[in-house]
Amino acid sequence: MRHFMTLLCLLALTLPAASPAAETGIRDAAGTDEAAISELRSMLEEIRSDYDARIRDLEARLAAAESNSRRAQRAAVDAFEIAEETAITSGAGQSGASAFNPAIGTVLVGRYTSLDEGWDSIPGFASDGELGPGSSGFSLGESEINFKASIDSEFFGNLTLALEDEDGETNVSLEEAWVQTLALPHGITALTGRYFSGIGYLNKFHLHADDFSDRPLPYQAFFGGQYIADGARISWVAPTALFFEIGGEVNWSERFPATGGGTSPDAWDVFAHVGGDIGGSHSWQFGVSYIDMDINDRSGGEDTVDAFSGDSKLVGIDFVYKWAPDGNPTVRNFKLQGEYFYREEDGTYADENYNGDQDGWYLQGVWQFMPKWRVGYRHDQVDSDNGDLFIGTPLADPGHTPRRDSIMVDWSGSEFSRVRLQYTYDQVNKDHDNQLVLQYIMSLGAHGAHEF
Amino acid sequence: MNRSALTRSILSGLLLISLLAVANPAAALNVFACEAEWGALVDELAGELATVTVATTAFQDPHRLQARPSLIASARTADLLVCTGAELEVGWMPPLLLRSGNPNIQPGRPGNFLAADFVRRIEIPVRLDRAQGDVHPQGNPHIHLNPNNIARVARELAQRLQQLDPANAQQYQTRATDFLDRWDAAVERWEIRGEMLAGKRLVAHHTSFSYLADWLDLEIVATLESKPGIPPSASHLATLLEQLQPARPLAIVRTPYDNEKPSAWLSQRLAVPALLLPYTIGGNDRANNLFELFEVTLTELGALVL
Repeated sequence: MRHFMTLLCLLALTLPAASPAAETGIRDAAGTDEAAISELRSMLEEIRSDYDARIRDLEARLAAAESNSRRAQRAAVDAFEIAEETAITSGAGQSGASAFNPAIGTVLVGRYTSLDEGWDSIPGFASDGELGPGSSGFSLGESEINFKASIDSEFFGNLTLALEDEDGETNVSLEEAWVQTLALPHGITALTGRYFSGIGYLNKFHLHADDFSDRPLPYQAFFGGQYIADGARISWVAPTALFFEIGGEVNWSERFPATGGGTSPDAWDVFAHVGGDIGGSHSWQFGVSYIDMDINDRSGGEDTVDAFSGDSKLVGIDFVYKWAPDGNPTVRNFKLQGEYFYREEDGTYADENYNGDQDGWYLQGVWQFMPKWRVGYRHDQVDSDNGDLFIGTPLADPGHTPRRDSIMVDWSGSEFSRVRLQYTYDQVNKDHDNQLVLQYIMSLGAHGAHEF
Repeated sequence: MNRSALTRSILSGLLLISLLAVANPAAALNVFACEAEWGALVDELAGELATVTVATTAFQDPHRLQARPSLIASARTADLLVCTGAELEVGWMPPLLLRSGNPNIQPGRPGNFLAADFVRRIEIPVRLDRAQGDVHPQGNPHIHLNPNNIARVARELAQRLQQLDPANAQQYQTRATDFLDRWDAAVERWEIRGEMLAGKRLVAHHTSFSYLADWLDLEIVATLESKPGIPPSASHLATLLEQLQPARPLAIVRTPYDNEKPSAWLSQRLAVPALLLPYTIGGNDRANNLFELFEVTLTELGALVL
C-alpha cells in the first residue's frame, strides 16, 4: 500500500511538469535553459520507467497472491472434504476393539478323486507326511484360516491354522506361526517361529496356491509335501539392481524329514536366490539350496517300525520363468518352473549300515490362453539308489523310476475362486494308475498375496 | 612446490572430488513409484534430485502385478515409496515390503507415501461383499485422472520430499511452486476445453475412468466388466448390447492394459467407436508426462464430439 501512495504522489508531481503551460511558464520566468529542461525531462522519464517497472512487479505479486489464495482456498476445501469423509467413514466403519483386527483370510478346498489304485508310499523312499493322491471319492482336504498384521513398527506376525478330518475327527494343526522383523537395517530380515522354509521355489507357497492338485514327487519324497521348520531364519537382500537374496535357517522341528534336536538344532539350511527381468515381458528367478540334518530314529510312514539314523544332506536347484506380453498377464501368460533335488544319507537303517542316495525333479508349464482359463502340464519323478540290503523295507529297489505325467485345466471366476480338473498318468508303482481330480479352491476375506 | 606441481595436485584433487560425487548415489533420493503417474509427478517435483524406478508400465494392470524379483531389488534400496494405496496394490505390496528388508518404506514411515490418502475418493462401497466383485473398501483407487487430485497429491508429496531430504528443501519448494503454477493454469485451460464433454455418456471397460468422468461431468453409463475385476463375459456383453441399443453412448473407453476384444465386440455391434485412452504416462507415444497425458486424453475425447 505504501508503494501505491508514493507512486500516486510522484505521478501527481510529474503530470503538471509535463504539461505545455507549465513549460511555457518556466521558459518565461527563468529565461530559457533548454539543456536544463531536457535534463529534467530525462530525469522524469527515468522516474516514470522506474515506476512502470515497479507497477509491473506489483501486478505480478498481486497475481501470485491471488493464485496462492486460490490454491489455499482449494486446499481448505480439500481438507474439509477429507475431514468430512474421515468423519463419515470412521463413524460408520470399524470402531473400538475390532478396529485393530488382523487381516483374516480363509481358504476352502475340496475335491472329488477317481483312482484305479492310488498309493500312500513311494517305492525306494521311507517318507512321511502328505503322501499320495488319497482315496477315491469326495474329500475336503485342508481348510485354512490365516491371520496376519503388523504387530508394531518393528514386527509383523502371521498365523495359519489348518483344519482337516481324519478318521471322523477334525484335527487342527498349526501350519504357520511366525513373526518377522520390519526395521532391521542393511537389507536384513529375521524371522522366527514356525514357517515354510525358504529353500527351493515351491516350498514357500501354501498348497492351495499350487498349479496342480498335489505337490510334485520330489517334494513328497524328500519333505512329505513341504519343508516346514520350527526355528529361525535370517536373510539378506543385496542393494543391487539384480535381485540377490541369501538366507540361512536353523530347525528344531520334529516334523518329517527332521527329527528335532537338543540345545543345538539337528537341521540347518542355506539358500540363495537371484532374479530379474529381461525386457518388459520376461522375468526369472534361479535358486540353490542346501539342507544338512542329523537324523535320529526317523521312521518312514506308519506301516513300518524300521528307522533311519545318521547324516542327511540335500542340495537343490530351482528356477522359474514367467512371460506375459508387455508384462500384462490379464489375457495371456506363461509360467515355466522346475526343481532338482539330490540327497545323500549315511548312517543306519533297520540296524544295518546304510548309505543311500536319491534324486528327483519336476518340470511344469502353465499357460493362460484366455482370461480365466489356464492349462498345464507337469512331469515329476524320483529315483533312489539305496543298495541291496533292504529288501522287504520301503528302501528296497523298486526296479523302476517312480514317475507321473499330469495335465490340468483350471478356471478362475475371479481372483478368489478356482476350479480345476487334473488327469494324472501315474507310474509311481510298476503298474500304471489313471487318476482324475476335480478340485475347488476358494478364498474368503483378506486379499491373497501375489507372490512371484 | 613449483607451479606445475601445484596445478597438478589441485587438478587431481578436483578429479577425486568429482569422482566421489559421481560414485556417491546418496546425493539423490531413490524413489520407488508403483505407477507411472506418480513416477512422472516425482520427476516434476524432484527432477535431478531423485532417481525414480517405476514398477508398472501403462500396459500393466497395477492391481495384478506380482512381487517379482526385480521389484524386490528396487524396493530394497528405495528411500521413498510413492504408490496409490486404497488397496490398488494390495496383492503385491505386502509381500514386496516383507521381502524388501528395507525399514524406510514400511507402512507408517515417512518413506511410505500413499497418494489416495490425500484425495476425496469416490465410489466407496456401501456394502462390502466380494459378490460385488473385487471391490475396494476405501473407494475407487484410480484417482489420478482428475487433475485436481494430481495437484492435491503434489502439495503433499512436495512436503514429504522436503521432510526426507531437508538439505534440498528449498529446491523442492521452488519446483513445487513452479509445477503447481503451470498445473493450475493448465487445469483452467483443460476445464474450458472439457466443457463440451459435460453430460456425454461413455461405456468403460473397468472403473478406471471414474475420476475423469467426475471431473468433466461425463457419465459412465456401464462397464464391460459385470463386477469390478471380473473379466467381461459374453452374457454380460449381450445384456449391455440390448440395454445400450436405444440410447447409444459416445464411445467405449479402455486402458492400454484392458483386453481389447470385449470393447471391439460391443463397438462393432453398437456402431460406436472403441477408444483406447492412454490412462497413464506412456499409454501412447504422445503421453510422455502428466501435462501431455491430460492434453492427449482431452484431444481424444474431444474428437468424439467435434
